[in-house]
Amino acid sequence: MANATGKSFLGRFGVHIAVLVFVTIWTIPTLGILVSSLRDKDQIIASGWWNAFSSSSQTEAGRLPPPTAQVEKDGKFVLEGNIFEGGEARRISAFGLKSAAPTEFEAGAVADLGDGVSLQLNEDGSFVMTSPVEMEGKRGQRVYYESSAPPRFTTENYETVMFSEGIGRSFVNSLTVTVPATVIPIMIAAFAAYALAWMRFPGRALIIAVIIGLLVVPLQMALIPLLQLYNGVAMFFGVPSKTYLGIWLAHTGFGLPFAIYLLRSYMAGLPRELMESARIDGASDFEIFIKIVLPLSFPVLASFAIFQFLWVWNDLLVAIVFLGSGSDQLVLTGKLNALLGSRGGDWEILTTSAFITIIVPLIVFFSLQRYFVRGLLAGSVKGG
Amino acid sequence: MAAQILSAIITIIVGVGGAVAYFWGANRLLDLIFPSRGVAGTAAIDNLRRQGLIRPWLFIGPALIILTVYLIYPVVQTLWLSFHGRNGEDFVGFANYTWAFGDREFRNSIFNNLLWLAVVPAACTFLGLVIAVLTDKIWWGTIAKSLIFLPLAISFVGASVIWKFIYEYKGDGQTQIGLLNAIVQFLGGSPQVWISLPFWNNFFLMVILIWIQTGFAMVILSAALRGIPEETIEAAVIDGANPFQIFWKIMIPQIWGTIAVVWTTITILVLKVFDIVLTMTNGQWNSQVLANLMFDWMFRGGGDFGRGATIAIIIMLAVLPIMVWNIRQANRESGDH
Repeated sequence: MANATGKSFLGRFGVHIAVLVFVTIWTIPTLGILVSSLRDKDQIIASGWWNAFSSSSQTEAGRLPPPTAQVEKDGKFVLEGNIFEGGEARRISAFGLKSAAPTEFEAGAVADLGDGVSLQLNEDGSFVMTSPVEMEGKRGQRVYYESSAPPRFTTENYETVMFSEGIGRSFVNSLTVTVPATVIPIMIAAFAAYALAWMRFPGRALIIAVIIGLLVVPLQMALIPLLQLYNGVAMFFGVPSKTYLGIWLAHTGFGLPFAIYLLRSYMAGLPRELMESARIDGASDFEIFIKIVLPLSFPVLASFAIFQFLWVWNDLLVAIVFLGSGSDQLVLTGKLNALLGSRGGDWEILTTSAFITIIVPLIVFFSLQRYFVRGLLAGSVKGG
Repeated sequence: MAAQILSAIITIIVGVGGAVAYFWGANRLLDLIFPSRGVAGTAAIDNLRRQGLIRPWLFIGPALIILTVYLIYPVVQTLWLSFHGRNGEDFVGFANYTWAFGDREFRNSIFNNLLWLAVVPAACTFLGLVIAVLTDKIWWGTIAKSLIFLPLAISFVGASVIWKFIYEYKGDGQTQIGLLNAIVQFLGGSPQVWISLPFWNNFFLMVILIWIQTGFAMVILSAALRGIPEETIEAAVIDGANPFQIFWKIMIPQIWGTIAVVWTTITILVLKVFDIVLTMTNGQWNSQVLANLMFDWMFRGGGDFGRGATIAIIIMLAVLPIMVWNIRQANRESGDH
């Protein structure tokens, strides 16, 4: 196939360019939040993240201290200080006295305010204002300036969201939901899959057909009755209706059709001679399953585990229906959704939180991609 | 929090241990009740036969119980609820269905869902196919595929934040921190609040799903392309076919079945799309879809289970043909053996 097309140099060059364009388009969105999550929060709103590595400049308005701070020097009244109170690492490039012309004077120049009053604003933020007569008024002179800050990268955002925004807690909640919801279905599905693949019993074909049908049943069909069921059970026993046990079982139920389907088609492909010779040696079905089929099925068990893990970790719908919205039950996806509402414009919070929610799937995905792809190829009929 | 982690660990141990204990114990019990070893002649054969009748159900039992409670019962119950009022008690006949088709928001959702169905599966399959073909020809194709595949691991909510940042809007003339508006401003246009533009906002939301699902289509189609016998392509080359003819007349017909699978899988996903709409617009500015509307009615004004169930049934009806086709396909395959 590689020989069939793109023989010419131009053709091959075009293929490289085209793939590069696709890769760029597909990577840039994620790169955007990664870079932003590491930027200083003031710089995020001052310039686009693609400018993160160059100085960001912004135009601001400030006010000099009130004239009460002036001192008399050589017969003139002088007001000195620094416009940057915190001693930030910003540099002023230009300043002005009117909002219409905020960059009228270059940094270090002396601006004339009329009546012999002058103001000099230096690059580092220090200023000198001199007047032949005593300055009056309660409020300081208004100045506009364009300042630029060198690029600053920090992990502060991560500390903020992990500890004060509650993402850390949600991370633990997500793990609490995901790990049992991944482990529980495996055993149940493996036994069922073995029975459907290698045991003869009436109704087997019907059960397989039902499971294949259930693969595509939308989750929406199950939500209301299960919500009612959970509320009923909770009322009957006097326990809360939104529990981790409830969501573990729900995810188990929703994951089972795919698990059984995937495991069964794999187990059915194992060589028949293997089972038969073991049976002749007197092994029971249970022994055959534990000693032969289960170890041989490791790759497909891994595929399913990765699928289920990603699915449960990334799920929002089941979590918001079957878990509460308190900090002890809010999972990462739910928390991120809540933050989108409450911290809508605070991109340092949102980008960082988003990155924390996607980092675990990305690690799982990259380290186990082989198994993931295998599962995808085997079970592409699953609707999710 | 420590208690929570502990309880999760205990659950895993109890859950897995319980499953092992059940399967091992039930199996052992069966052997004890109907012993096949150490008993004479016909009794052993009888017992072996009885074991053979019962054992499959021990293996498949837990799965059947869970499937019944979590999927089969709810499907029946949802259908029943769709003919009942908001509390699921009083029978209302088809009132929920007539309400739905008279409701402006519902009709808007149907329209948007059709739009999604028309665009997303086609776009994903087309882009996935193009990328699969292109990456097969270059030495760094595997890396390129991994990077395009990567969004598949990202949650819809995470992806929504990522794209909301791209669509971010600042007033005209200000520094744009959203990539799309920055590009628009750079090209001399004026920035827009993309997700609140009625009708067009649907497409901005679809882009998110296409971004996620193209990798899926690419991987499946790439595997199918590799499965095409070399000889068919070589024969075409000898016959003087050009690259486009080879692609359209030799390759595409051979992977037609896979294309159908990819298309239907994404179609099902699109019918259930919920997270993206909830987090991006929550159905405002005419961007509502069925799955989000259903969720909305589950809790709106204390929850209307009848209307929620009705919307779920309508989603289910759309999936039904695919379901029937899947079962038929599977039956045909097992018939071949």
